[in-house]
Amino acid sequence: MSRFFDLTQLPDASGHFGPYGGRFVSETLSFALEELDKIYASLKHDPDFQAEFDRDLTHYVGRPSPLYHAERWSREIGGAQIWLKREDLNHTGAHKVNNTIGQALLAKRSGKPRVIAETGAGQHGVATATVAARLGLECEVYMGAEDVERQKLNVYRMRLLGAKVVPVESGSRTLKDAMNEALRDWVTNVDNTFYIIGTVAGPHPYPMLVRDFNAVAGREARRQSLEQIGRLPDALVACVGGGSNAMGLFYPFVEDDEVAMYGVEAGGDGLATGRHAAPLTANAPRGVLHGNRTYLMSDEGGQIADTHSVSAGLDYPGVGPEHALWKDVGRVEYVAADDHEVLAAFRELTRVEGIMPALESAHALAHAKKLAASLPRDKHIVVNLSGRGDKDIHTVAKIDGIEF
Amino acid sequence: MNQHANRIDRRFAALKAAGRKALIPYITAGDPAPAHTVDFMHACVEAGADVIELGVPFSDPMADGPVIQKACERALLHGTRLSHVLEMVAAFRERDAETPVVLMGYLNPIERMGYAAFARQARDAGVDGVLAVDMPPEEMGENAALFADHGLQSIFLLAPTTSEQRATTICHHGQGYLYYVSLKGVTGAATLDAEAVGSQLASLRALTELPLCVGFGIRDGATAAAIGRVADGVIVGSALVGRIAERADAPETIPQALREILGEMRTALDRDARA
Ligand SMILES: Cc1ncc(COP(=O)(O)O)c(C=O)c1O
Repeated sequence: MSRFFDLTQLPDASGHFGPYGGRFVSETLSFALEELDKIYASLKHDPDFQAEFDRDLTHYVGRPSPLYHAERWSREIGGAQIWLKREDLNHTGAHKVNNTIGQALLAKRSGKPRVIAETGAGQHGVATATVAARLGLECEVYMGAEDVERQKLNVYRMRLLGAKVVPVESGSRTLKDAMNEALRDWVTNVDNTFYIIGTVAGPHPYPMLVRDFNAVAGREARRQSLEQIGRLPDALVACVGGGSNAMGLFYPFVEDDEVAMYGVEAGGDGLATGRHAAPLTANAPRGVLHGNRTYLMSDEGGQIADTHSVSAGLDYPGVGPEHALWKDVGRVEYVAADDHEVLAAFRELTRVEGIMPALESAHALAHAKKLAASLPRDKHIVVNLSGRGDKDIHTVAKIDGIEF
Repeated sequence: MNQHANRIDRRFAALKAAGRKALIPYITAGDPAPAHTVDFMHACVEAGADVIELGVPFSDPMADGPVIQKACERALLHGTRLSHVLEMVAAFRERDAETPVVLMGYLNPIERMGYAAFARQARDAGVDGVLAVDMPPEEMGENAALFADHGLQSIFLLAPTTSEQRATTICHHGQGYLYYVSLKGVTGAATLDAEAVGSQLASLRALTELPLCVGFGIRDGATAAAIGRVADGVIVGSALVGRIAERADAPETIPQALREILGEMRTALDRDARA
């Protein structure tokens, strides 16, 4: 597939990834976004800022995270070797903290005393509440009422950390509604509030800076592959909600043409049922929501569609704009895993390797299993194990008919 | 102003000549049910509306407070889509060829219909302007020319946070009138500082000849008059939509309620203009 874009040089100055991305926001927020753009541009290549970021990642988050060879699982599957990038071992239990550490440093430089966030699974909310606690910032987290119910553990964690969790009752009561409410808060309190967006979506410059902060995982994985495998892997696999853990793993490999990449979306009840959250795989039409243009699930009248997934963190009708472009140019193949396959992968990794993955990450595992089975033993697949599964024990127990 | 100028330009020229201020009601199309919208539009005109902002309901109205969010929900419950809103405008035009109509809402319904199809259908229905809250001039691209070719004016927002540099860009691209958002917040927020608005508008006047209209926080005759003293027009949304909501079970009483509140604002604005 020929490429018309240099994928290492995006977004352009106005925040576009080809036809995607941009800054589709109401006027009140434009100034704050321009300001953020300037702050980030001045710090991106500032050695002091980078050193502070690296120091926090090392001593607070516990990086680098290991690249673990899942030997027993690979043997059982009987195909390619599966390696797990252990983002679940980060402080707070997911990749999300890489980004919140970075954005918290930006918040500090901007001098704003208050941070807000949206969250689905609660991992981004927890990671935001964590950095807010550490920096002494006031923190408010918006969360869909349905997600408050299915991610109770994380809700209480956030409260212990001193954050205020606001259940959002409007719309589908999930992640997109939480983001609407966070935007309403921001437009009201923009003078004193920094909005920490949790994925590579939202208006420019968020998709870029969230990508950059998460790319530490891909840089490490690339180096670790060379050391531990002796060469680059044959494939990368990551789940895609908004797409931050996938982008973080993929981005440092974008020019390594021999490395195939698979982004795994939430298939929900199955693509054929329409009850899913897989805009890329299902070829959803182009649309505009939450400040950017991307593949977006909506009805014929342009109303945003309800999504379905067993995992709260992937239950979102859009996807980061850079992924939209990477689909179009063919750099990444986007596929879906349905709830059934995901639960099976969750159980399997737990039993076979003693690692309980987040349900989000289990989407990547479900696809990696299929991919590994189709490849010979001397091939190597790196899977982003984006988070740990403790937060999902309630959900899985409920499916098993157990109530605590 | 010539015969063929856009209805919005003609209306503001006439208002200016008469020394009057524009009264611009916003209602959400399809709220509480689609059958009523055209009647409500006529009621607004009878009470002295100069321009009608007709809201296109959207599932995720992230710049709106609870009052307009609920209006969108009621309208969507009845299946109101952009294509129906255009039909309502066409029906309104059967009896009113003069009052300008601006579609207000979010970009995605237009994006999904396709810009060319939308521009054609909106022109045919008799729409005069488009205000998509999440479409700043920088993102208009070639759609600005497409809309202009179909006689649709692009209305843009200005906010208290808008820098002078951006304001210059927006004033350059704006058509019809500029919508100054009076406060940092969502629609339906309460606090309005007419003095602060006045000084902001004064600096904007240096950048543009376009009429400056102010929305957010106008709820009665007094707030309308206070803003009318410093602006070329007032935009009233949540105060109307709130009254529609209160009477959703008795929609036949809504036109009279709209006439009352708009009539109070009209009187207050005109009294001030004469004084
Ligand atoms: C563990 C984990 N993985 C993945 C995601 C999905 O987000 P993204 O696609 O931005 O990585 C989430 C979101 O909550 C998460 O908690």
